[in-house]
Amino acid sequence: MSKYYLNYLDELESEAIFILREAWGQFENPVILFSGGKDSIVLTHLAKKAFYPSKIPFTLVHVDTGHNFPETIQFRDDLIGNLGVNSIVGSVQKSIDQGRAVEEKGKNSTRNALQIVTLLDLIEDNKIDCAIGGARRDEEKVRAKERFFSHRDDFGQWDPKNQRPELWNIFNGRHFEGEHFRIFPISNWTEIDVWNYIKRENIEIPSLYFSHKRKVVFRNNSWIPFSEYINLEASEEVISKQIRFRTLGDITITGGIESEANTVTKIIKEISAMRFTERGNRADDKRSVTAMEDRKRQGYF
Amino acid sequence: MKIENNQLLRFITSGNVDDGKSTLIGRLLYDSKSIFEDQLQNVKKISERKGNTEIDLTLFTDGLRDEWEQGITIDVAYQYFTTPKRKFIIADTPGHVQYTRNMFTGASTANLAIILIDVINGVTEQTKRHSFIASLLQIPNAIVCINKMDLVNFSEDVYNSIVEEFKEFAEMLSMKDVRFIPMSALAGDNVVEKSSRMEWYKGEPLLHTLETIPIESNINEEDVRFPVQTILRPQSEICQEKRRYIGRLGSGVLREGDEITVLPSGLTSKVKTLYNLDKKAQEVFAPMSISITLEDNIDISRGDMVVKSSNTPNVSQDIEVMLCWLHNNPAKPRAKYFIKHTTNEQKAIIKEIVYKIDIESLEKNYQSEGLHMNDICKVKLKTTKPLIVDLYKKNKVTGSIILIDEATNETVAAGMIV
Ligand SMILES: Nc1nc2c(ncn2[C@@H]2O[C@H](COP(=O)(O)OP(=O)(O)O)[C@@H](O)[C@H]2O)c(=O)[nH]1
Repeated sequence: MSKYYLNYLDELESEAIFILREAWGQFENPVILFSGGKDSIVLTHLAKKAFYPSKIPFTLVHVDTGHNFPETIQFRDDLIGNLGVNSIVGSVQKSIDQGRAVEEKGKNSTRNALQIVTLLDLIEDNKIDCAIGGARRDEEKVRAKERFFSHRDDFGQWDPKNQRPELWNIFNGRHFEGEHFRIFPISNWTEIDVWNYIKRENIEIPSLYFSHKRKVVFRNNSWIPFSEYINLEASEEVISKQIRFRTLGDITITGGIESEANTVTKIIKEISAMRFTERGNRADDKRSVTAMEDRKRQGYF
Repeated sequence: MKIENNQLLRFITSGNVDDGKSTLIGRLLYDSKSIFEDQLQNVKKISERKGNTEIDLTLFTDGLRDEWEQGITIDVAYQYFTTPKRKFIIADTPGHVQYTRNMFTGASTANLAIILIDVINGVTEQTKRHSFIASLLQIPNAIVCINKMDLVNFSEDVYNSIVEEFKEFAEMLSMKDVRFIPMSALAGDNVVEKSSRMEWYKGEPLLHTLETIPIESNINEEDVRFPVQTILRPQSEICQEKRRYIGRLGSGVLREGDEITVLPSGLTSKVKTLYNLDKKAQEVFAPMSISITLEDNIDISRGDMVVKSSNTPNVSQDIEVMLCWLHNNPAKPRAKYFIKHTTNEQKAIIKEIVYKIDIESLEKNYQSEGLHMNDICKVKLKTTKPLIVDLYKKNKVTGSIILIDEATNETVAAGMIV
C-alpha cells in the first residue's frame, strides 16, 4: 500500500476544513452557530486550524435560551475572548418579551423549540446567508439525510424531499436574497470520532462533560439538574449524585448520566461500552419519534 | 475502541426496491452491535404500532416520516459504524427509477459498491442501471450480494446461474474488482456470521469482506492539482509573511521547492513553504487540506489552480462530458448554466448532445433529443472562460463538474470529463 494515505480522523478533519473554507469562499456573511457543546467547540477548533495563522473569520452566534448552565456561558465568553472573534447573542427571553415566541407550560416545558424564532429573526436581522452548525448525521435519523450544504427558503424552512444532490466535493451554495444555507462540516463524524479528536487535539471542553457532584432530580429515565427553572412535582426528590453530561442543551431538559469518568480517556472508554445514544437523555427528542424532523423543517439547528 | 491508524471505507448500497437494502443495513448495524438501546426501543415501538411482532430491521434506516408511511426509501441516508478494523460510512441509496440522481450522489464519493440482487428476480434492468452507474463513476470495488437465498432453499445452482448472468452483463462494463456473496439479510446468513446453510460457499461473509478488502483510493498520486479555495493575508505581528493560498490538495504530492505553474494565468514560481493546516511540512499529499506560500508575489484568486510545472492539465473552453441529468425539468436548448468545477465557477452552454446511452443495452443512440431526468448522455459544453481539466478516469477531482440552473439555483446535472 502507498504511504500517502490519511487515517480516518485526518480524513474527516481535512473534509471538514475543506467545507469550512468553502463556506468562507462562497458566502457573504457566514457565521458559526455556537451552542457551547462539544460539537460546536470542535467546529470552532477546526475553523481556527482552517484559517491559521489568521483569526477565525466567522462571527460566532449563540442562541441563549435563558435556561443555561452557568458553566456554558462562562466557557463561551472565555473562548470568544481568547479567539478574539466577533460574536452575536440572540435571546429567547427577548423573543418571549416581544411576543414573538410563547413560553410552554407544564412540568416538561422547555424553551427548545422557541429557539427557532430567535434564530430565524437573528439570521434575518443580521443578513446572515450561511450558518455553520456542528450537527452530525449519526445523531438522529432525520439528520442522516441532511446535506453538507443545506438550503433554507426565505422562511428559514427545510424541505427534506427537495434537497440538492451533492456530488464529489462540489458544493452548490447558490441562493437568492433572503434565503440562507445551513452548513454542517462534521456531518460524517460520529460521537466517538468527536471524542477521539478532542483527545488528540487536546481541546478544552466545559467541566460539565466530566464527572462531578450535582443536585439532580430523576425524571424521564435520566438525571435532570436541579435549577431555578425546574418545575418540581411533590413526588420528586432532589438528591446529590456523581454525574456527567453527554450532550449540553437547555438546563431544564439535559439529562446527566451516572459516571465516574473525569478524563477524556475515561469518557472515550465509557462511551465505547455505552448502550444508549447521546440524545437518549434529551427530553426534547423523547416527545415523539418525529420530534426532530418537525423542528428541523421549521428551521431548527 | 482503537482504530487510530485505520482508514475510512465509504460504500453505497444499491438494488431494486424490495431487494432488501434496508434489511441488510439494519442487519449489519444490528449484528455488529452498532445499534443503541434507545434506537432499538424506538424501532420496537414503531414495529408494534404497525402490527409487526418481530422488529422491523428496515426502520433503522428509513428516516423520514412519509417514508415510514409509504414503506419506501426516498433519499440518500447516511449510516455510520465502526468495527475494531475500520470506520464505515454507508450511503443508502434508493432503488426507484426516479431516484437515480441519488445513486449518483452516493456513488460519487464511494470506494465500494454493494449491488443487491433478489434471488427470485435475478438480474433486472435496475441491477444493470446501478452497475453501470457504479462503473461509470469508477467505484473501484463491487460486491454483488445475492439476497433472499432462504426463498430458494439456499440452492447453489440458482446462485451460480445469477452469478453467470451478472458476469455476462458486466463484461460490457469496466468494473475492476467484483466479488459475489450469497446471503439472507433477513435471517442474517453471510452478513456478519458465516452461514451454516450454505456450506458450498467458500468465501467470507460480507462484514469480514468489508473489513479486509484493500481500500482502493479514489485519489491520483501522480499529478499535483491544487485548486485554490481562498487567499489569506496574515497580518499578525508574529508573522509578517507572504500571502497564503489555502485549499485541499486534489491529487498528487507537493514538496517544498517544487516549481509550480498557476492556471489559467500561466505564471510560474516555486513553493516556498508548505503547511498541513497549522503545521509546517516538507511534503503534503492529497486529500490534505493545506496552505502554501510562493517565492514570488503573483496574482492568484479563488478558482485558480496550482500545478507542478512539469505536469500540467488541459486548459480549455470546450469540454466533452458524460452527463447525468438529475432534475425534473429537462435541459433547455441553448440555455446557459452555471458550471462548477473544483472551486471554479462560471457559465456554460450545452452545445451538442452527441449521444444518449440506453441503460439496458448500453447502446449509443445518436438520434437522441433533449436531456431528461435520469438520462445519461455524452455532451459538448462550451464555457465562458477556460477550465483546467483532466479526464475523469485519470482524476476524479479535476475531471468532474456540476451544472446549476440560472433561474432556480438548483443542481440539475453532474458530469464526468471524457
Ligand atoms: N425471505 C426474505 N425476505 C427478505 C430478505 N431480505 C429482505 N427481505 C424482505 O424483503 C422486503 C423488502 O426489504 P427492504 O429491506 O425494505 O428492501 P429495500 O426496499 O431494498 O430497502 C421486506 O419485506 C423484507 O422483510 C431475505 O433475505 N429473505
